[in-house]
Amino acid sequence: MAKIVGTITTSHVPAIGGAIAKGLQSDPYWKPFFDGFPPVRDWLAKVKPDVVVLVYNDHGLNFFLDKMPTFAIGAAAEYRNADEGWGIPTVAPFRGDPELSWHIIESLVAEDFDLVTCQEMVVDHAFTLPMALCWPDQKWPVRTVPVVVNTVQAPLPSAKRCYKLGQALGRAIASWPKDERVVVMGTGGLSHQLDGERAGFINKDFDLKFMDSMVNDPAWATKYSTVELVELSGTQGVELLNWVVARGTLPEKVSKRQANYHIPISNTASGLMVLEPA
Amino acid sequence: MSLDKPYTDIPGTTIFDADKSREGYHLNQFCMSLMKAENRARFKANERAYLDEWPMSEEQKQAVMARDLNRCIALGGNIYFLAKIGATDGKSFQQMAGSMTGMTEDQYRDMMVKGGRSIEGNRKTGEKK
Repeated sequence: MAKIVGTITTSHVPAIGGAIAKGLQSDPYWKPFFDGFPPVRDWLAKVKPDVVVLVYNDHGLNFFLDKMPTFAIGAAAEYRNADEGWGIPTVAPFRGDPELSWHIIESLVAEDFDLVTCQEMVVDHAFTLPMALCWPDQKWPVRTVPVVVNTVQAPLPSAKRCYKLGQALGRAIASWPKDERVVVMGTGGLSHQLDGERAGFINKDFDLKFMDSMVNDPAWATKYSTVELVELSGTQGVELLNWVVARGTLPEKVSKRQANYHIPISNTASGLMVLEPA
Repeated sequence: MSLDKPYTDIPGTTIFDADKSREGYHLNQFCMSLMKAENRARFKANERAYLDEWPMSEEQKQAVMARDLNRCIALGGNIYFLAKIGATDGKSFQQMAGSMTGMTEDQYRDMMVKGGRSIEGNRKTGEKK
């Protein structure tokens, strides 16, 4: 049977792509962020995943306001990146795993999670940059399944619902009959606000409590409404919902293998965690 | 009839909800068109003519031409999409975000390096600083 060997949760700011393209990993501004990743790569070399299920929010590349699913999942053989207008290079295509995707879809719909299924899908920086941080040579050694959560257009799914989705996703992966190793990634956050007079908002206390809850109290974030999450973590900090989904795939007890937190990258407090089932 | 909006009291903050999404639909669609290099070139060559291709309100077009992002947001723009205008202008996300705060670029960058804008005094409208 398939086994979830752990989760990686990280920020996904577009500027990371610019920094990678310009080779700024050792630049004093960027170093505290990039320095979080070598231990993640060591961990990946040890756990050797076959598949990455990556939970993120799309920013208009695949889902615009014409069609905005609350939850969606890829079921394609390949996922391509495309020009988002940032002037950063696009990355090589990712292999999909349609069989696993459909297994997850069957399992989630049977548990009353009605996801939009996508046999064609392009993936944006929230998918590509975390992958590039894990595998800097961009030769992806894994198959992928993208899971997309709407964190763009209110009403957003509640943290409670996202946590339950994660739990159901965990059960779906665990029931995959192939003997494969799966890493679940969740990308976005942590606290940041890109718009309005409150732009630049950061809430370190909240972020650190949230990161601690990922280890010790996984349902902690579910006590907040999405509006409260905006109040506490910023209009885009609410992307932490993707972390909540990823955390839900792990059992109650976990071990922390890596954590990093740094303010700022661009407008954002960056967070990074690697968790394993205890 | 719209639902109650308990979220209009976070200072300097707009929740992008159904009303905003409807009002800003074409404004945001215009923004997304700028993901294509050829459209960026056409927009730069003649902004007014390019904007006139979209069924946007005159107010929205003026806000775009003035690069008044707060106004764009008030008229239904979403920053994830409005960012494409900044990218077309060669501005960083930090320059764009800073432009909405009344701070200079240096002041804003400095604030971020020092830990960002605090929640103190920025949580609820009317709260005591």
